[in-house]
Amino acid sequence: MLKYLLSVAVVLILTLIMVNVFHDEDDYNLKLEELKHKYVFKAVPSVDHRKLPALQKKFETPQEVTEACLSCHTETHKEVMASSHWNWERVSYVEGRGISSAGKKNVMNNFCLGTNSNQKSCAKCHIGYGMTDSQYDFNNTRNVDCMVCHDNSEEYLKGASMAGYPDRTVNLEHVAQSVGLPQKSNCGSCHFFSGGGNNVKHGDLESAQLSCSRDVDVHMGANGLNLECVACHSAENHQILGKLYSVSTDNTNRVTCEQCHTNSAHLSDVLNRHSSKVSCQACHIPEYAKVNSTKMAWKWSDAGKLKDGKPYEDDDSLGNHTYLSIKGSFKWARNVKPDYIWFNGTADQYLLGDTIQSVPVKMNRLNGSYHDRLSKIIPVKIHTGDQIYDKVYNRLVQPKLYGETAGDSAFWKDFKWDEAVAAGMKEAGLPYSGQYGFVETEMYWPLNHMVAPKGQAVGCTECHTRENGRLAKLTGFYLPGRDRNRLQDSIGYWMFMLTLAAVFGHALIRIFTKNYRQRYEKQIVSYDEGKPGE
Amino acid sequence: MRNVYIYKGFERFWHWSQASLILFLALTGFEVHGSFSVFGFGKAAEFHRTASWLLIGLIIFSIFWHFTTGEWRQYIPTTKLLKEQINYYLSGIFKGEPHPSIKTELSKLNPLQRIVYLGFKLVLIPMTVISGILYMLYKTIDQNNLIVVEDYPLASIAFWHTMGAILLMIFLVVHVYMTTTGETPTSNIKAMITGYEEIEEEDDSSVSNEKKQDKK
Repeated sequence: MLKYLLSVAVVLILTLIMVNVFHDEDDYNLKLEELKHKYVFKAVPSVDHRKLPALQKKFETPQEVTEACLSCHTETHKEVMASSHWNWERVSYVEGRGISSAGKKNVMNNFCLGTNSNQKSCAKCHIGYGMTDSQYDFNNTRNVDCMVCHDNSEEYLKGASMAGYPDRTVNLEHVAQSVGLPQKSNCGSCHFFSGGGNNVKHGDLESAQLSCSRDVDVHMGANGLNLECVACHSAENHQILGKLYSVSTDNTNRVTCEQCHTNSAHLSDVLNRHSSKVSCQACHIPEYAKVNSTKMAWKWSDAGKLKDGKPYEDDDSLGNHTYLSIKGSFKWARNVKPDYIWFNGTADQYLLGDTIQSVPVKMNRLNGSYHDRLSKIIPVKIHTGDQIYDKVYNRLVQPKLYGETAGDSAFWKDFKWDEAVAAGMKEAGLPYSGQYGFVETEMYWPLNHMVAPKGQAVGCTECHTRENGRLAKLTGFYLPGRDRNRLQDSIGYWMFMLTLAAVFGHALIRIFTKNYRQRYEKQIVSYDEGKPGE
Repeated sequence: MRNVYIYKGFERFWHWSQASLILFLALTGFEVHGSFSVFGFGKAAEFHRTASWLLIGLIIFSIFWHFTTGEWRQYIPTTKLLKEQINYYLSGIFKGEPHPSIKTELSKLNPLQRIVYLGFKLVLIPMTVISGILYMLYKTIDQNNLIVVEDYPLASIAFWHTMGAILLMIFLVVHVYMTTTGETPTSNIKAMITGYEEIEEEDDSSVSNEKKQDKK
């Protein structure tokens, strides 16, 4: 008997061992190792611009630098002037809108609202010189700003509200001789500080990434591969790969994780299969704004309060502005868990002049759904707020915010909405009824950076869980571990319990009747025979 | 009574490995379902897949065995004595009456077992295994990958798979309990372990059946 019991035990153990054998642990991922080797070598320039005769001169204006660049790079301006960095717009087909052009020229946002009538200030992030108003000449070759992207001396700096001109302290000769491939600091000078301060807009792009650890950004970490932006955002003929869906609309020319990591990056087939519906970013960007805070909400309706007739500011303990008279009140957050949405790569923006369709107004609508085969779950930062709109025409309006002097109707000087809106809308060429209010808005920022080391990726149970998972808000599809058929579960549970009870009851009756029978039989025996039975 | 070699080696191997696999699959499966947490979701899902392939392999072997040995005939359903068998479990067993049908090497299963096990093999297991395979291969993968199951909603696949799991668990409870209704409470389990079982003589069975009919 013992022998047989043992053999059963052996079979059981063998089965479990088989399960373990057939289940293999992750092996070393060679693909990743090859990638690391590929990117560990940094390109060394074949030209030293310090030695070029064309740059050995005193530059009076930045335009002279551009002319010097073009004396060798004779056709490059054509490439640059065909880019959205220059044109501030891009033509594309948008569902429901047709062929349209969108960009900083006409797109609105819920940060500093829009560029119209504020060009002189906004042009700090235009790769050109002298954009003072909407009448800018986009065909003037001399105004292309080569240095803002190619300065490797980290000395170049665009002046505040100088229409895109460099700060007067910049040594143009030195900068012109130090040009090279764009570095993080070049791209970051605009993309880290968009919205008026570090990490205000993106949440996943900020100055900390100039020198951060792998824990903050596994790609840009200084103790890792320390990749430059252009390692992924390559720019064949100055057409930079990648787009941001606050101003972009179509699913082309995007930077993807797959372009390096392929669409089967994991050794586990189950994980690879997730990529049919889940973007890489969804699991690999568990948090954003990991170093400095990012702006989560902006209420323009609070703007304009004065103390003793003067604008003021309030800061929180981390030094973030919580209130500015010129801009309103803000909410900031650090180490934020993303929101998740379905996204198929196409989007639409609220363009200046559009009618408000729903409240909160979606400053950009990212298209996608579970049933769309091209859609995947992506992580986003959702920036909420309120901003000024025209009650009669039912559309967002563009106030003139920036002005040189008081009395110029600019809100940041005069704090009068009526005049600011009238001036802004006049500049934009649109009517204004004179009646304004504030309407709630939200804006979606896909998160692509601050990728965490793989050990910190989002684990299974953060989504595959009954309550409060990361995907709790994404409904309309069956997610194992989260969803179930409640009716089936409760019927099944009670059926199982009833079966147990029935079996238990049956056993009790058996035991009881058997005992009873035995006693009864004993009694019969004892009466009949007159002596104790067997 | 005679001692009979009633369960062959493969049969016992198949029975016990299937039993342990099904238990293990239930454990990991209900964890994936979200009912409790033992291994952690990721491990549970991986173990569940691995064990499911082992079970599928075992089922293929057992189908082969059933057909090559002709054992499949054991499961041909019959209504003869079916009612008696049901009545036995509902009342006879409490009165100490003998089993209405007698186990032999050629007929191991009573009429009730025949029907239940046939349902188990033809409905319950296929339902669970097929829905499980669909579940396992379910993906709506992008352009370059194989699409095995796409448009059929995962919710219904999961429904049928969960249904199978629940019914299997109910089967398990009743099945284990029924093993105690043999000659002694442990004689059936011993037989499935050792292969040998004490069985009443054929003659005894006819006698007992006649007796039963006389009573009516």
